[in-house]
Amino acid sequence: MIDSSVGVTEENTAEVRPDEVITQSRVLKDEGFRFITMSSTELEDSVCVLYHFDKDLELRNLKVHVPKGSKISSVASVYSCAFLVENEIKEHFGVEFDGIPLDFQGMLYSDEEVQKTPFCNIGIKRA
Amino acid sequence: MARTVLPFGPQHPVLPEPLHLTLSIEDEIVKEAIPKLGYVHRGLEKLAEIRDHNQMIYIVERVCGICSCLHALCYCQGIEKLMGLEVPERARYLRTIWAEMHRIHSHLLWLGLFADAFGFESLFMQFWRIRERIMDLQEETAGNRVILSVNQVGGVRRDISDEAAKWIQDTITIVEKELLQLKSTILDDSTVKIRTVGKGILTKEKAYELGAAGPTLRGSGIAQDMRQTGYAAYSELDFAPVVETDGDCYARTAVRFKEALQSIDLLRQCFAKIPQGELSVKPKGLPTGEVVSRVEQPRGECLYYIRGAGKKFLERVRIRTPTFANIPPLLEMLPGCDLADVPILILTIDPCISCTER
Repeated sequence: MIDSSVGVTEENTAEVRPDEVITQSRVLKDEGFRFITMSSTELEDSVCVLYHFDKDLELRNLKVHVPKGSKISSVASVYSCAFLVENEIKEHFGVEFDGIPLDFQGMLYSDEEVQKTPFCNIGIKRA
Repeated sequence: MARTVLPFGPQHPVLPEPLHLTLSIEDEIVKEAIPKLGYVHRGLEKLAEIRDHNQMIYIVERVCGICSCLHALCYCQGIEKLMGLEVPERARYLRTIWAEMHRIHSHLLWLGLFADAFGFESLFMQFWRIRERIMDLQEETAGNRVILSVNQVGGVRRDISDEAAKWIQDTITIVEKELLQLKSTILDDSTVKIRTVGKGILTKEKAYELGAAGPTLRGSGIAQDMRQTGYAAYSELDFAPVVETDGDCYARTAVRFKEALQSIDLLRQCFAKIPQGELSVKPKGLPTGEVVSRVEQPRGECLYYIRGAGKKFLERVRIRTPTFANIPPLLEMLPGCDLADVPILILTIDPCISCTER
């Protein structure tokens, strides 16, 4: 039996630098992991982004701290389905993803009149 | 042939929810589809900052009107993990019973809507007539037809009496009989097959690569279902995922129909094995740490990421619903299909935009 509620621990989570996300995602893809989604949390001066993967119901995470307002490479070049959640995080938290194949320019959900990232307490003004 | 750009939705006769697709078509063949969301975005995740972790149960129940109880289950399991709570055995069975009733009513709702989408009105009415029996069971046992507020951190709020258990078992026997009467119509009728067989094919490889979930994944031949992890009481039930291999609209329809019948079997197993005992344990302390909780909703795998810092309010509640996962596969299915088949293809992922946008 595999636990369906799993803590984010050292056993299932690798903390990586922003520039390592693509290579680490590719390693997981080569091992047969599928991309589930990404989660993000606002910290003081950065946004913690978690990438969730699954293989035979086993969960694996990559954790990366992205300084607020800075850029990180899109993993859509490895997992093409990641474009949607990357657009969501960009819109809500202001994390810029380099190379999203379908970039909604921060307007996946909201309209042009929304000028700040709504999920950050200190909202980042859109570029 | 010049391309025509056609706005599909957000209001469309076959889609009750506001999904917008910008379709590029050539000679009525779809070449490209680009989604637009945001018509029912409510920012529910943000409410975790101003509602405590117990109040959040009521909020997550309202993420989706169809699988409310399963959102609460997924959330509560995550909080219980953070607080180190062991849920009583009877509560685990009761959670499974309500979850499977939810699955039946969701699949019957979808089967009816699907029949309606290709103009089979009488089949639509038959599925919804049967579904009403399940809605009655939910109302009687949980106090509400749709929003079942039965889960709480540490267990469940309500019990199911022996009389109600017998009524449920009698009712699901009738539901099973009535569903089997419709089986040949939904799965063998030539008019249904014309609209579904060979349409919107999603290969096994693409389904996996694009992160498909639920019947969309299993209809493409991948036997993955979060119930295999054995959460709630599933570890004590005889369960194997329903799988079809063709990856087309027909396969996804067949998976949902067979899963509705399978849920009836799971309910019977639950009532045969449910023990007497406590309904919940009292939580102590406050949620601390990070957890990823997953359950199988009728539409597929749902994921909650919860982060607590030992305070009344959680730092983050992130919800990934199955429809969100099934949008990239949908965009893969649409190019190459006839414009007339677009509503059918969209419906076969069982889209819930309310869930998707939260």
